Amino acid sequence: MSGLTRKNTRYAPAGIDDAMTSDPGEAPEPQLPTLGARGWARWTWRQLTSMRVALLLLMLLAVAAVPGSVLPQRGQDPAKVLTYLGEHPTSGKWLDRLGLFGVYTSPWFSAIYLLLFVSLIGCILPRVAAHLRNLRGRPPRTPSRFARFPALASGTSTASPDDVADAVAAALRRRRLFRVDVGAEPAKDARPEIRTVAAERGYLRETGNLVFHIALVGLLISVASGQLLHYRGQALVTQGRGFANAVVDYDTFDKGAWFRPESLSPFSLTLDDFSSEFATDAVAFAQSRDFTASVTVTPAGGGTTSQHTIKVNHPLEIDGAKIYLQGNGFAPEVTVKDADGQVAFAGRVPFIPEDTMYTSRGVIKVPDVSAGLEQIGLTGYFLPTAQIDDDGSARSVFPQPTNPMLVLQVWTGDLGLDDGVPQNVYQLDTANMTAVTGDDGVRAQVIVKPGETVDLPDGLGTLTLGADVPRYVALDLRYDPSLAWVLTFALLALAGLGVSLFTPRRRVWLRTWALPDGGTHVELAGLARGDDTGLQGEVDRAFAAVPGLRPPPDDDADNYQEDPR
Amino acid sequence: MTLAQLGEVSTTLVWGALASLTIALVAFAVDLARRTDVRAEHRSKAVSTAAQRELVGAVTAGASAATPTPSAVAEPVETTPRRRAAGIAMSTTTLGAFLLLVGIVTRGIAAGRTPWANMYEFTLVGSFVAVTVFLIVNRLRDVQFLGAFVTGLAAVFLTMGLNVFYIAAMGVQPALQSYWLVLHVGVAITAAGVFTVAFTASVLQLLRTARDAGSGWLGTWHWLDRVPAPANLEALSFRLNAVGFVLWTFTIIGGSIWAEHAWGRYWGWDPKEVWSFVIWVVYAGYLHARTTRGWSGTRAAWFVVVGFACVIWNFTGVNLVFNGKHSYSGLN
Repeated sequence: MSGLTRKNTRYAPAGIDDAMTSDPGEAPEPQLPTLGARGWARWTWRQLTSMRVALLLLMLLAVAAVPGSVLPQRGQDPAKVLTYLGEHPTSGKWLDRLGLFGVYTSPWFSAIYLLLFVSLIGCILPRVAAHLRNLRGRPPRTPSRFARFPALASGTSTASPDDVADAVAAALRRRRLFRVDVGAEPAKDARPEIRTVAAERGYLRETGNLVFHIALVGLLISVASGQLLHYRGQALVTQGRGFANAVVDYDTFDKGAWFRPESLSPFSLTLDDFSSEFATDAVAFAQSRDFTASVTVTPAGGGTTSQHTIKVNHPLEIDGAKIYLQGNGFAPEVTVKDADGQVAFAGRVPFIPEDTMYTSRGVIKVPDVSAGLEQIGLTGYFLPTAQIDDDGSARSVFPQPTNPMLVLQVWTGDLGLDDGVPQNVYQLDTANMTAVTGDDGVRAQVIVKPGETVDLPDGLGTLTLGADVPRYVALDLRYDPSLAWVLTFALLALAGLGVSLFTPRRRVWLRTWALPDGGTHVELAGLARGDDTGLQGEVDRAFAAVPGLRPPPDDDADNYQEDPR
Repeated sequence: MTLAQLGEVSTTLVWGALASLTIALVAFAVDLARRTDVRAEHRSKAVSTAAQRELVGAVTAGASAATPTPSAVAEPVETTPRRRAAGIAMSTTTLGAFLLLVGIVTRGIAAGRTPWANMYEFTLVGSFVAVTVFLIVNRLRDVQFLGAFVTGLAAVFLTMGLNVFYIAAMGVQPALQSYWLVLHVGVAITAAGVFTVAFTASVLQLLRTARDAGSGWLGTWHWLDRVPAPANLEALSFRLNAVGFVLWTFTIIGGSIWAEHAWGRYWGWDPKEVWSFVIWVVYAGYLHARTTRGWSGTRAAWFVVVGFACVIWNFTGVNLVFNGKHSYSGLN
């Protein structure tokens, strides 16, 4: 038999908002011409807080979020946006005007979710008041006719109506789920006195619903306050070196509008060691398996240093700020001497990995050459495990430094550093430079291994690569005091949602009276918010508590049936 | 046995599950067709009881009472139609779920980690959850009419998995080395499996509603008379979607916590995050639509269709098309 098809199914939905019986936005028809300013305001407010407009806003929100996954976004990848604008100059300009490269901060996206939250608050506040009244209320009076209810049970008992009512009320109270009232309707005309029980459970359903919606408001406020108070600094640190938690020590630093420098806790951190592991089996060759940075932290104002490790998924927390391991690479130690034999550059140069084999790109700018010489710029690749193909092209075939090599091209001229315009340290501005070519007209390439010194072409000088190739890590320090609140409200929303969706709201009523020919008639009815498969079971359990039940006669005339299960 | 061989055993088991579910799909389809024939024979006998039930239904069924539906005809207790096909279908479905489970476990042992870290494994676990949810719900109430659709979708997922998304078992990168892989991804796939079953119920609801309204092109789909009335399908779909929505909410919260650990921010509008958000909003819209006058029933069911389309897109397209932090297909 088909258990799904139940009798008397009401086509009444049981969503999270089913406590709403009248929809304020739909009840009164707007009377257009005579509204006046206040009338318009009220009408607008009613529309905005109506379920239909909330639904519309939800649909708009879903649609509005999509372009942000299709088009590059400034917040996520500004370089990609520039590339896109370069490739699509005409359409890109228009998309940019519409805010489609910053969808989630655009006025129209913000308008949608802010209106949605206004609508939510307008809808929730009256319901909180109504629910608070309800919580103190009593179950609704027992109706006089049961036939219209979806769950029914009836029978005849040998016990008195008083005993039946007391027993059923006690059974309902025993489970502590129900709020129970026992009552009586006095005899009238030929009708005997009727004992009644009215019981209701599931007040938590609406509580959960309201908690869910209020938690969403809390979530929005927490996220917004986090945006205002947070700061984020990124620093590139090579082995043996460190940085202090100060705005000037970071390579990039973002902050919210309400950020104050005092919220930077002045500790310092040193990278002692960095280790990485990669798979060597054929299936997953060279896939990363582990990154570990070992660091020493010196607390603010000196004090005892402490050793920590930072891994992906395991940030280090210091004074409420978290330090994440976001990247790593090699920072070869390079010394360049100019044609006069003077040291023109000495230092570590971070090379940025461009593929899974850590083929890393970098730039060495040598501005401080002896007087009268041209500045030198070197661009090229660091290859941890170099392999030079027959055509002379070099590439890395494994991420670990088993055969490290630096492959550089040489430029001379003006580096453009003296203009006062800030430059990207990872890019060489070749506007005023010329590439050094060999005698055959082919660009000169400098190849150097650790510990080696090679001559630069055209007698420009020499380049030495340090014997050890230090590792570097990209650390990301974030401070967001709202995190705990964001999590709290998110979990509250989840809990409220679960409670509101899975708590049944049920009413059970009993009417019982003495029959003229002896015995007691007993009838029970149940009603639930939305559709509720457990309702008949609830009524049946209450019915089972009736004392002295007579076995039911085989009566086909009964127009309701027991639940088939 | 080496781990690589164990990985191959897992793949063989998945092929076995696919074969078993395909047989189940055919058997369920045969069963649906048979039920239709039985119904035609019994139609005349059922008329009198049906009329009575129609009366009862009309009192409470509200809007759907306006046009007498054949729903009541579907309800009479089917005494002894020949249900051999249904028996075969249920056995092969159970067998398919079992083979899939063993396939997933052996896959996990071969890879040395939780077996849901790439798209191939998503399809395995998602199909397993969908079929298992169907089997569990079927123990509580007869939902065999959904069998053809659930096993059909599972068979499609597995075929896609084995032929398009397959990669050999291996470990995972550091960003995935977290217990959140078990929780966040596991719950996400479970939610997708639950949404799948709910989706089949909503599609049947839409088809049945269209047929009841006299849609021409559904005129020959007599088997639709054998599925429950739209109101009951909607109730079934809602219950599953409610579970799915709570699971999806957890997926997003768990994902945010994990993202905060791994990437240093809890929400960054990564393409996967965008689509998870879209899915959440669409299903939230569905829950609200059910309680909005004029939007319950058919329109609400369309939300489920759109929501499920977003779920499928989020599990496939977002991994393959967009280059985000969640691109863990393992395919290049």
